[in-house]
Amino acid sequence: MTNIYKGMKPTRRNFLRGAAASGAALVGGATAARAEGDPAIIDKQPWSQFLGAGVDEAPYGMPSKFEAHVRRQDVPWLTADPVSSINFTPLHELDGIITPNGLCFERHHSGVAEVDPAEHRLMINGLVDRPLVFTMEDLMRFPRENHVYFLECAANSGMEWAGAQLNGCQFTHGMIHNVMYTGIPLRLILEEAGIKASGKWLLPEGADAAGMTRSIPIEKAMDDCLVAFKMNGEALRPEQGYPIRLVVPGWEGNMWVKWLRRIEVGDQPWHHREETSKYTDLLANGQARRFTWEMDAKSVITSPSPQMPITQGPGPLVISGVAWSGRGTIPRVDVTTDGGVSWQEARMSGPSLDKSMHRFYLDINWDGNPMLLQSRAHDSTGYVQPTKDQLRAIRGENSIYHNNGIQTWAVNENGEAENVEIS
Amino acid sequence: MLKFLKAFPLVCALALTAAPVAAETLGLGRAALSDEIAAWDIDVRPDGLGLPEGSGDVWTGEEVFVEKCAACHGDFGEAVGRWPVLAGGQGTLERENPVKTIGSYWPYLSTVFDYVNRAMPFGEAQSLTPDEVYAITAYLLYVNDLVDEDFELSHENFLDVEMPNTANFYMDDRAETELPVFSGEVCMTDCKDSVEITMRAAVLDVTPEEDVVAEEPVAEEAVPAEEAEVVVAAIDPALIEAGEGAFRQCRACHEVGEGASNRTGPALNGVLGHTIGGVEGFRYSNTFKDAAEAGEVWEAESLAAFLADPRGTRSGTKMTFRGVRSEEEATALIAYIESLATE
Repeated sequence: MTNIYKGMKPTRRNFLRGAAASGAALVGGATAARAEGDPAIIDKQPWSQFLGAGVDEAPYGMPSKFEAHVRRQDVPWLTADPVSSINFTPLHELDGIITPNGLCFERHHSGVAEVDPAEHRLMINGLVDRPLVFTMEDLMRFPRENHVYFLECAANSGMEWAGAQLNGCQFTHGMIHNVMYTGIPLRLILEEAGIKASGKWLLPEGADAAGMTRSIPIEKAMDDCLVAFKMNGEALRPEQGYPIRLVVPGWEGNMWVKWLRRIEVGDQPWHHREETSKYTDLLANGQARRFTWEMDAKSVITSPSPQMPITQGPGPLVISGVAWSGRGTIPRVDVTTDGGVSWQEARMSGPSLDKSMHRFYLDINWDGNPMLLQSRAHDSTGYVQPTKDQLRAIRGENSIYHNNGIQTWAVNENGEAENVEIS
Repeated sequence: MLKFLKAFPLVCALALTAAPVAAETLGLGRAALSDEIAAWDIDVRPDGLGLPEGSGDVWTGEEVFVEKCAACHGDFGEAVGRWPVLAGGQGTLERENPVKTIGSYWPYLSTVFDYVNRAMPFGEAQSLTPDEVYAITAYLLYVNDLVDEDFELSHENFLDVEMPNTANFYMDDRAETELPVFSGEVCMTDCKDSVEITMRAAVLDVTPEEDVVAEEPVAEEAVPAEEAEVVVAAIDPALIEAGEGAFRQCRACHEVGEGASNRTGPALNGVLGHTIGGVEGFRYSNTFKDAAEAGEVWEAESLAAFLADPRGTRSGTKMTFRGVRSEEEATALIAYIESLATE
C-alpha cells in the first residue's frame, strides 16, 4: 500500500500558495508573456474547445475514464478458484446509500449462470395444493413492489475475527450492497399454488451449476420476501441472478438465491450444505449456532479509510460512513476520533428505510493530529453495535460469519489510515 | 366454470377443518407435470426424503472419487491447494484453525449426498448416477473413519449411519445471549483512561496490491495500423470470441494468457507445437509423462481429438472433462488459446 498517493493531483491549497509565491517574485520583474494563475483556468482545456462524443457513442453509458479505479476487487488468497469466490464493493469510493449495479459485490459458487429468460421457469412444488410452473411472462402479470434493501454476505468482515488483517473498508466490509428492488411479494406466488397447512419451510433453488439451495421458514416468506427482477430500475445483472432472484430482507446474503428456478414447500428444513457445513457459527467451545439468519446492526467509516486517505491536510474534514441493521432502521450512529474516549452523534443523511443502508457524516475541523476513528451503530430495536472484543468474549475467534464488531482506523499525521485494533 | 365447481367442495372442506382460508388466486402459471417435478426435485433431507433407489460400496467409491474428485479434493479428501478438505479434523473444533470436514463437522449424511448429487463434480454438475453418488458418499465415510472398508451404502441403510457432530448444533440464540448484552445506554464522554493500538493490519500485510488500470488512456494512435491488421488477420476474431465462450468450461481448472499459472490443470500458454505434458511445474498423469518422454508434440489434429474425448484419447488423464460437443467448438477453443498464448 505504498502507492496510495499515486495519481493524486497537487491540492488547490498548495497550488494557490505556490502561485502567490511566484506572483510575489514577479513583482517589478519583466512583464509575464502570459496571464498568471491556475493553468486549469488560464489554459484552454481540450474539452472546452473541441467537440465531444455524440449521443450514440455509448448506448449504455459508463463512468468517466477518470473513475477507472472505482471497481470491485477480490482477495485472491481467500478462495481456491475465481469461479467459486467473492469480490468486494468499493465502499470507500461511494456516497449516499445506493450501490450502483456494476459495483455490487459478487459471490458465486459455480460461476455466473447465463440464463436465457425465454427458457427460464419458476416451479413451485412440494406441500402445495397446485404445483405450478411460471414463465417470465406469467411473473410479469403479478402485482409488484419497490423496496430498498441491503444484502450483506454473512462472511463480511470474516477475515477480521482473529485480528486486523486487511487494509481497506472495501476488503473488511465490502461484501455488501444496497439496491432498490422491483419484485413480486413471494406471498402472492405461494398463494397462487396454495400452501398446505403442513407447509412450514421453503427450499428455494438456483438454476446455476451449484444448484444453490437454502431452507427458509414460511413466516419470513409470507412476511417480506420478494422475487425480484429489477435492481435500481434495470434488469438484474447476470452476476446478481438475472432474470430473477430471491430477496430476503435483513437476512444473510446466501439465502437470496440467484437465478431462482424452483421453490419447494416442506414440513421441515433440508439442512443442505450452505446451512450446515457453511453459514453456521462455530463457537469457541466447539458447538455451532445454526440458522443465524438476521444480520446484526453494523457500521463502518468509509472515508477517511486505508484506501481513502486525507490528502488535503488539516482543516475541514468530512468523516463519512454507512450503517445498517437486519432488524430495522438506524436512527443513530456515534463516531469517535480518539479511540472511544469520547463520542459524538453523527449526522444521518438521506432516506432512513427499513433494512436498508444508512449514510452518516461527522463534519470536523481536523487539527492534523493522529486519530483513532470508530463508528457505533444503534438500530431501531435499541441494539448497539458491539466492539470486536465483546463479540469474541461470547463467540471466540472461529465463527467466520456474522462479525459486526466496531471497526477502527488509525489515521496518522499525514492523513494515511490503517486497519488496527485498540485496547 | 367446471374448474370452479370442482374447487368449490374443496374450499368448503378446508373451511370446515379450520385450515387457513384459501386466498383468492390470480390464475397465473400452469400445472407442473410430474415428469417436470421429477427432473428438478432432486433434493434430499435428513429424514431420507428424496433419496433415490441405489447403492454403492467404498471400493467403487474410491475408484469414482479418484477419477472425478481427487484433482481438487486429493485422493483421500485431504484437498489440493485451497479446495475444501473433506476428511479428518476430528477433535479440532475447539482449537485455533479448526478443520471442518464431513467427518469432523457436518451434522447430516443427507447433506453429503444432496450436495455431491446436485453440484459435483465441480464444472460437471448432475452428471453422476445415483449409484455413483452412494459410492462416493460411502468412500467419504470411509476416509473419515466412520465405516469399514467393506461398507456398502444404499437407500435402505442410509438412515442408520450416525454422524459424530450432529448434537453440536443448536438454534440461533442471539436473542437471549447477545441482544440484552448489546442493548442499552452507551458511554459518550470519558469512557476510557487510555487507548493503545494492540494490532496492525500492516504487520500481516495480506491486502491485495492496487493493480489499477493505468489512468492515462493508452494512445491508440501509437499502434501502427499495419501491425494491428496483422494481428487481426492471424486468427478470425469471431472464432476467438466463440472460443472465449467455450473456454468457460475449462477455466475452473485452467488459466491462459498473461500471468497464467498452473492450477488444477496446467497453464495453457503455448500449446500447439509444444511438448505434450511439457508445462513446467505441473504434476502430470503417467500418460502425459510418457508422451513428454517420447517427445510428442501437440498438433491441431491431436489437440482437437483430445478435446473431443479426453479419456478416450489419453487413457489415464487427470482431466475430468467430458469433451467438447463439436469439432467447431474444439477449433474455436484452440483459436482462443492460441490468441492468448504468451511465450
